[in-house]
Amino acid sequence: MTVHELIRSSAADMAAKLAAGDITSVELVQAHLDRIAAVDGGERGVNAFLHVNAEEALAVAADVDARRAAGEELHELAGVPIAVKDLIVTKGQPTTAGSKILEGWMSPYDATVVKKLRAARMPILGKTNLDEFAMGSSTEHSAYGPTRNPWDLDRIPGGSGGGSAAAVAAFEAPLALGTDTGGSIRQPGAVTGTVGVKPTYGAVSRYGAIAMASSLDQIGPVSRTVLDSALLQEVIGGHDPQDSTSLTDPSTGLADAARLGNVAGMKIGIIKELHGEGYQAGVENRFNESLELLRGAGAEIVEVSCPNFGYALGAYYLIMPSEASSNLAKFDGVRFGMRALPAEGPLTIERVMAATRAAGFGDEVKRRIILGTYALSAGYYDAYYGSAQKVRTLIQRDFAAAFEQVDVLISPTAPTTAFKLGEKLNDPLAMYLNDVATIPANMAGVPGLTLPGGLADEDGLPVGIQLLAPAREDARLYRVGAVLESLLEAQWGGPILDRAPSLAETPAVEPVETQGTAATAAAKEAN
Amino acid sequence: MAAINRGQVAHLAQLAHIEMSDDELDRMAKELAVIVDSVKSVSEAAGADVPATSHPIPLTNVMREDVVGHVLTAEEALSGAPDSADGRFKVPAILEES
Repeated sequence: MTVHELIRSSAADMAAKLAAGDITSVELVQAHLDRIAAVDGGERGVNAFLHVNAEEALAVAADVDARRAAGEELHELAGVPIAVKDLIVTKGQPTTAGSKILEGWMSPYDATVVKKLRAARMPILGKTNLDEFAMGSSTEHSAYGPTRNPWDLDRIPGGSGGGSAAAVAAFEAPLALGTDTGGSIRQPGAVTGTVGVKPTYGAVSRYGAIAMASSLDQIGPVSRTVLDSALLQEVIGGHDPQDSTSLTDPSTGLADAARLGNVAGMKIGIIKELHGEGYQAGVENRFNESLELLRGAGAEIVEVSCPNFGYALGAYYLIMPSEASSNLAKFDGVRFGMRALPAEGPLTIERVMAATRAAGFGDEVKRRIILGTYALSAGYYDAYYGSAQKVRTLIQRDFAAAFEQVDVLISPTAPTTAFKLGEKLNDPLAMYLNDVATIPANMAGVPGLTLPGGLADEDGLPVGIQLLAPAREDARLYRVGAVLESLLEAQWGGPILDRAPSLAETPAVEPVETQGTAATAAAKEAN
Repeated sequence: MAAINRGQVAHLAQLAHIEMSDDELDRMAKELAVIVDSVKSVSEAAGADVPATSHPIPLTNVMREDVVGHVLTAEEALSGAPDSADGRFKVPAILEES
């Protein structure tokens, strides 16, 4: 197996090859940088990356190789590269949040999860694209152009974390970090045929994730296999004194759960309200197939009802913009980011602030700030924000009642497969409906995982299966997810991404000037 | 619940410190009316006896010793500012001269 073939394997396999001395981390990182150079840029490129961190990634890789050669005991994932969603702050690389207002901004500190990646000596390949401030379900709201879905370059990769999901699906990185406020890890995972997990609220520190809606936001892993997400959550999870909502539970036992390999006797609940009407036929078919496989593996499948989930989307679109309007008040043209001056009139701070925010924020961000300001206004607060918080209680009660009957819940992750770029851009409400199945987990703080469930018959595009567990029971997701994954892969004869079309590899820059460079070499090898 | 209108959007934009053109206000008012209409049902979902939940996992306040922890240096804190002078953020005029 050449190192260029190795980029298609799992992070766990890469780690094993590194530990065995079959490959070096420098080779592995270079292979991924070559792949990024070959498929990410250009007019029809995937555009998963906003910044590529080649020099630092190679330096970290070389350091890992030297330490390993010296016999040092290293973390299991040491030397395995990773991409980081550009909502998470990193020293030494720009952090933009996909917004013009932070173009070129360099954070003076690392997010806790980034510190943990560095402590595990995982080379950071770069920063991935997202909807501006993570507001969207398609990455089309990025100020730096949309990411394309590797399964069909004319379709959306989901959002907001479309960059992280597409990078992993296109073999530009084996692992990535995402953030999930209403589905931003899981919905992109569903439409790109990859795995993504929103951990229990507080299981992973949010320190250094640029806040959208603080009571809903959660950082989590993005990968191609269930085990890889478990390994990554173990790296990034655990208590952080710098995040006062961080749980004190240890981040252990997740990979063991993924390796357990049985679901016999487990009770799995189908959520009555999260399938059927409004879900694409191909999504329903793949969902039903997964239920049959789990039943065949000895799980008991029952139906449960969560009657208040019907209000979740509406309540989410009150709570999230309310919190976002408050969190985004800090972008004032004074402390960080851009400053724009009003075209005419006196230069007072209020007018400079209004001009800066007008020029720096995109449409969707403005929409949500206005909506949140409205929902929090005197006279509307009780009817909107207050009611939405009550709905939150009802959703938590629905989950509590469901988990009295079953160990995990199951649903499709998204109601449809990937839609065309531009298709829903001018219809905010249609865009919001993509998150109908993922939002309840954020409202209740419970963990959720998506894994590929196959391809829809009508369009040949990936379908996601979502598993939900009670708060602090993330391990159950990995246990059931890994079993379902192995049953499905046995049926397909390999990973789902083997069936994705191969992307044309093109040198990112003028061929004359790149003679002999890695990018050209990779392009030649592919031809 | 009342529908959202253009005048309200203009007022909200002012409160949120976002300058908006006439076209933008027209468009935003139309889009927000649709969104607000679709979330209206939320106010009918729960009765008065249902308590509000502000946070997904109940937590008590977090305390720590009153000692200086890791903080940014003044230089680091100012490193991303559009304008600074003498170790401070530099802002435009606070008050309009009349």
